[in-house]
Amino acid sequence: MADFTTIHKVLTERFPGATMQAVSEAVDPWIEVSVDDWPRVAQFLKDEPTLAFNYLNCITGVDYCEPDEKKAKKVKWQPHIELLYHLTSLQHKHLLVVKLMLPRWQNDEPEMIPQVPTVSNIWRTADWHEREVYDLVGIEFTGHPDLRRILCPEDWQGHPLRKDYEMPLEYHGIRGR
Amino acid sequence: MSNTTATNTIELDVRTDEMLVNMGPQHPSTHGVLRLVLRTDGEVVSEVMPHIGYLHRCAEKIGENLTPRQYIPYTDRMDYLAGMNMNLGWALVVEKLMGIEVPEKGRHLRVLITELNRIASHLVGMGAYGLDLGSFSPFLYAFREREKILDLFEDVCGARLTYSYITVGGATGDLPPGWMEKCLSFLDQFVPVIDEYHTLLTSNAVFIKRTAGIGIMSPELAINYGCSGPVLRGSGVDWDLRRDGEPIFTKMYEGYDYEIVVERRGQYPADQEYPAVPLEAVLGDCWHRFYVRMLEVVQSIRLVRQAIEKYRTTEGSIGEPIKLTQKLPAGEAYLETECPRGQMGFGIVSDGNAIPWRARARSSSLANLSVVPELCRDCLIADVPAIVGSLDLVMGEIDR
Repeated sequence: MADFTTIHKVLTERFPGATMQAVSEAVDPWIEVSVDDWPRVAQFLKDEPTLAFNYLNCITGVDYCEPDEKKAKKVKWQPHIELLYHLTSLQHKHLLVVKLMLPRWQNDEPEMIPQVPTVSNIWRTADWHEREVYDLVGIEFTGHPDLRRILCPEDWQGHPLRKDYEMPLEYHGIRGR
Repeated sequence: MSNTTATNTIELDVRTDEMLVNMGPQHPSTHGVLRLVLRTDGEVVSEVMPHIGYLHRCAEKIGENLTPRQYIPYTDRMDYLAGMNMNLGWALVVEKLMGIEVPEKGRHLRVLITELNRIASHLVGMGAYGLDLGSFSPFLYAFREREKILDLFEDVCGARLTYSYITVGGATGDLPPGWMEKCLSFLDQFVPVIDEYHTLLTSNAVFIKRTAGIGIMSPELAINYGCSGPVLRGSGVDWDLRRDGEPIFTKMYEGYDYEIVVERRGQYPADQEYPAVPLEAVLGDCWHRFYVRMLEVVQSIRLVRQAIEKYRTTEGSIGEPIKLTQKLPAGEAYLETECPRGQMGFGIVSDGNAIPWRARARSSSLANLSVVPELCRDCLIADVPAIVGSLDLVMGEIDR
């Protein structure tokens, strides 16, 4: 069983540029990894015998949108999307939260959803979790074998768990709202 | 899989064409509204494509518009067969974020209620599995016992299906007078009935023929696909969050004497008389997943008995009062608990308001279902319900 600081130390030694910040005071301590290095770090997390994160619990996308004018003063964040990976090692019984920071729209072009390399080749369960995040939060996983919507119909427009998503007024003759 | 080679040789004299067959969303064995598209060649299934989303009720979106206590009744509508366990999962993650500790008496009450719900849920899992394989009586018998548990739930919270009793900070109220005696008398008459179920299904020759050696899942495959609960333990992986989970959850089970049922051939708890493992059964097949579930019921009965005793003798209150619109501290928390179907994960992200910024539900059945295409490759059409049923899916939890 390795604690959070040990895991962070192992990661920073192996990938000097890839791991950025580590927050250990949070309820769930987390490590931020840069998007480009993520597949290599993920493979290492799984293969390294002292870490052995063989179980992927969950992938969560959280949208931090541009606040409206009334709330702008209270809000402390810059608009972005966070992607959280919750990992467990069944062997060593330790947990890790990995965070990826993404722009809301790629290159600031609206409707261009951000891209992240897939990890479904590392943990097979990521296949469906990534499809769900793509469907509801709107993040494209490059290299995913079958990136389709999973919960919404195939012709659904938009990504419903984006904070600025507006419910459609009508879908195939069914009244919305 | 070994059974296909024989089948293929039989089919050789008959000309068959490749066909796409829809199983569900209304097939009785697809547990609600699961649609499976099968690519078949004669009787042999070459590919299974699960389609989900028919029950999607936007539960995560609703969680972003209600305070955590208001959201409690929505969580039990996800897994409608184990509502108490779902309430507990969400209550615990909110308590984890807020840093609340439930008094000891409240923790014993939670063990008592959730383990009782685990029995009820496994009974449905068992009965419905029998129904999938064509035997109706176990279904009827399982529901007969489950009704008695639902009577107990009705006494504590007034509902029979959408029961929400456990809430953030503890439970909504104390147990009504005479409830514990009723619960104990139910357990006394329930224990001998378990033998009946073993006679009806576990050691039934037809049942063994239909399940043993079908849908074999290796431990590595189960872990890789994120399976959990009886599905994972049926493959021989010794992992149960009641023992291995995060402290806030495992604290509930401190001081309890029970065993975690893991399939290790011939090494089941020695003091119990169980039907022997049939020779045809292979580690990680449908039969073992069913068997682990049946043995877990016995362990849950032990837990309930102890919880009643501890609840009776512990002094103090059953919970901390939390306001309906209590403000949450900014931050995020994620917690997985051991539900009857596996690890149910709830996540909460807060920006400091009373309403969470993001609510997340990671369901165990989603991961358990994703392994179906792998298990059903080259099996027979008749084996598909056997494999899907052995995973004990609840579609409400998958689609949320």
